[in-house]
Amino acid sequence: MAFIPHTPAEVREMLDVIGAADVEALFDEIPPDLRAGAPAGMPEALNEMQIGRLMRERAAADGTTLGFIGAGAYEHHIPAAVWAVATRGEFYTSYTPYQAEASQGTLQLLYEYQTMIASLTGMEVANASLYDGASALAEACLMAVRANRKSSSRRLLMPATVNPRYRRTAHAITTRQGLSFEALPYDAHGGILATDALDAHAGADPTALVIQQPNFFGRLEEVDTLTDWAHAHGMLVIAVVNPTSLGLLAPPGVWGERGADIVVGEGQPLGVPLSAGGPYFGFMTTRREFVRSMPGRIVGRTLDAGGHEGYTLTLQAREQHIRRAKATSNICTNQGLLVTAATIYLSLMGAEGLARTAAASHARTGELLNALTRLPGVRAAFPGPFFHEAVLRLDRPVAPLLEALVREGILGGFDLADDYPELGPALLVCATETKTSADIGRYQTALGRLVRDRHAKP
Amino acid sequence: MQSREPTIFECSVPGRGATDQWPQAEPAALADLPQRFRRKQPAMLPAASELDVVRHYTRLSQRNFSIDTHFYPLGSCTMKYNPKACNQYAMLPEFLSRHPLAPASHGQGLLACLYELQEILKSVTGMTGVCLNPMAGAQGEFAGVSMIRAYHEARGDHARVEIVVPEAAHGTNPATATMCGCTVREIPVDAAGDVDLAALRAAVGPRTAGIMLTNPSTLGVFERHIVEIERIVHGAGGLLYYDGANLNAILGKVRPGDMRFDVIHMNLHKTFSTPHGGGGPGAGAVGVNERLAPFLPVPIVGKDGGRYRWLDERDLPQTIGNLSAFMGNTGVLLRAYVYIRMLGGEGMRRVAEHATLNANYLFARLKALGLDAAYPDRRASHEFLITLKRQAREYEVSAMDVAKRLLDFGFHAPTTYFPLMVPECLLIEPTETESKATLDAFVAAIGRILTEIVGDRERVKNAPHGLPVRRLDDVRAAKQLDLTWPGTPAADSVAG
Repeated sequence: MAFIPHTPAEVREMLDVIGAADVEALFDEIPPDLRAGAPAGMPEALNEMQIGRLMRERAAADGTTLGFIGAGAYEHHIPAAVWAVATRGEFYTSYTPYQAEASQGTLQLLYEYQTMIASLTGMEVANASLYDGASALAEACLMAVRANRKSSSRRLLMPATVNPRYRRTAHAITTRQGLSFEALPYDAHGGILATDALDAHAGADPTALVIQQPNFFGRLEEVDTLTDWAHAHGMLVIAVVNPTSLGLLAPPGVWGERGADIVVGEGQPLGVPLSAGGPYFGFMTTRREFVRSMPGRIVGRTLDAGGHEGYTLTLQAREQHIRRAKATSNICTNQGLLVTAATIYLSLMGAEGLARTAAASHARTGELLNALTRLPGVRAAFPGPFFHEAVLRLDRPVAPLLEALVREGILGGFDLADDYPELGPALLVCATETKTSADIGRYQTALGRLVRDRHAKP
Repeated sequence: MQSREPTIFECSVPGRGATDQWPQAEPAALADLPQRFRRKQPAMLPAASELDVVRHYTRLSQRNFSIDTHFYPLGSCTMKYNPKACNQYAMLPEFLSRHPLAPASHGQGLLACLYELQEILKSVTGMTGVCLNPMAGAQGEFAGVSMIRAYHEARGDHARVEIVVPEAAHGTNPATATMCGCTVREIPVDAAGDVDLAALRAAVGPRTAGIMLTNPSTLGVFERHIVEIERIVHGAGGLLYYDGANLNAILGKVRPGDMRFDVIHMNLHKTFSTPHGGGGPGAGAVGVNERLAPFLPVPIVGKDGGRYRWLDERDLPQTIGNLSAFMGNTGVLLRAYVYIRMLGGEGMRRVAEHATLNANYLFARLKALGLDAAYPDRRASHEFLITLKRQAREYEVSAMDVAKRLLDFGFHAPTTYFPLMVPECLLIEPTETESKATLDAFVAAIGRILTEIVGDRERVKNAPHGLPVRRLDDVRAAKQLDLTWPGTPAADSVAG
């Protein structure tokens, strides 16, 4: 099943044109000593009916769950039209739009996407996407070092309230270029950065401050104060935001007096299924003055030889295929197909639909908190404004509870024990607009049974 | 074809919307969100009905070439057919709805697919460890060179920061070396297209971290000196990196591990046929031998007894770390898994054979038309390099002109001006899924264009003529930057 159309007669005819005795002769430049035998342990080919059965069996074994985990990936309603159109062969099987005349569909879509994501984040320009939110933060850190002419350092301030996975990824991707991150602690009572303790970190000429809004705990950081403080100390501000939240929350472009400088985030909530972690897409927007420091593909509108409007990749002199070792990044592809889905999603939702999605998600999370904190030994960890995600503190280790919940088909949240041991038993929960009051009731009942069952035990 | 499709913003009417997709309004929910955190001005997103949106993006899709509609002889990109089954079975609802942080106990079916994919990739490449995590070829390269650096540093060999790259290499190779904090030493290739061994010997030494090689190379030929290159680089204390861009050519024929490469990346979106999606998502799995295995990125799928689980930094304390928030482009990996299981071991060998057959056939036919091969005495691998230097000199037409004219005949252009060292070149890769009839039609189109170059040159120089747009003004695009639809509040909010 190699999807090869050749008939034996055609193969013979083609070999005659080449002047080769057989197909094996075409590999005569490979040193014979290196030639492999048949790779060991390779399974037999399956036809489509057989692989279909295998995949359906495996999918059925995994089943589905009622999910209350967010922590960087969010289950939202996805309109049927999104993937019905995005998987059209003309989008799904097209190449990177280097040949602009043969790629006007993808290019115009990317231009529309750039417009939408720039507007949503309140910034002037956007690229055509990066791999995911975490790697986009890594690229933003490298970009900040290039763009900030006021600072010569490679040090960045990285709050502990930024998604730990983003922090790990940013470290792994930037450490070889000498970037270092100074951790900013959070206020143990509020779960946000303590703005009055910041000045201790301004000393060693940091080049940028990263701010995640809402932060990993779902709490809202004092972004205006933080942005102005960073700018007053010659730093750039890198915002990490949830795109759904921007239906309701102030976009980074208006934070503080001057707004954030670089905005990144995970695009998955915009019409991309959870898919066990990917493919997703990272978005990046910035000020016009920094556009030449931005990595990734960028689409521009221009004119053709007849004076008619058209779209093309632009500012390619930043990129690896032109600049090679001096490029802004080694990135080559973007996540075109996911951006296609997100653009269709944003077109269907519009500002009103996105705001409603954000509000409904926030409402369900509030309902979930009310329900769960009525249970014995469960309380909200951090008072104060939050958005569509929150931390619960429990009176016992979280992991066994989550395991027991999974057996009932419920994903109860994300256990913070590994990343924030100082919190004690703590659980990050989220309910989006996809959850009903009945779903929340089911979770409350199941968790209630567990905490009461074991409450008597020491 | 209609010459202009209005933007979605022009299709918008305030007050309209795809309201069936929206949840109920819940203004009361916002009572606990203080005003200072709230958005004051709505984002300027489209206001359109569902049918408006479906028609607009369907019409945009029709302004694209794609594999489903066109032949893409795009060198080094392996634009083969993307079987529909791969998409259908990767998009089963249970896989799509799985949260990345759900426990492994609840995803054994998915993990089994990924684990088997790791094992098959090890077997087909001759490597001992595989990580599926890198999200594209370039990220696979980053992982590979990072591991090379981590290896040298773990041995206290801190001076090894130079990466040797042949001049024909993909731009991502030197760009990756820079991302990894290395310096780049470019070396030439000889007149026959093989690495210049004398230059290589002169380039390596105690500062050499490694060499990055594509084999078959981006010149469309198998690197015949590979055994000697391996001796020179390993002898100097460096490691060998295999760029898997051209793995399709040698699948089941010769393995990177047997060529003694230490680390490789595979472009699953090329060799294993996952769709390009208009520029991504890709998947750039990496494979390593024993000496680099401790440094693999995480997570990796492990197997304890009969159960699968994610291995992380607790299992691999020397890992170079996480390259994404979760576990890479899982959905792409599932597509590659379905494809590989449909091929089986025998199918893989047939892929390499027919890809090479198609390339050599097309090469022979085009040479017979009078085109000049960049390396005329060499066997083509799965791709080959044509130079139009002579046509450029005699008729003042460029490789770009020919590429653009091909679009009018319904063929995507070959890769042009790459490798940079060969003037006016076309890098042509037909792939195994194209029929002889398609290749013959492509030859006929090239024949027509060669005739036009002599008799109707302006037709070629002004091509394309039958597409939604004519040639675009790239200089204007870069000088008068227009990156967002004007009149959006984005500009207003920044100004205000």
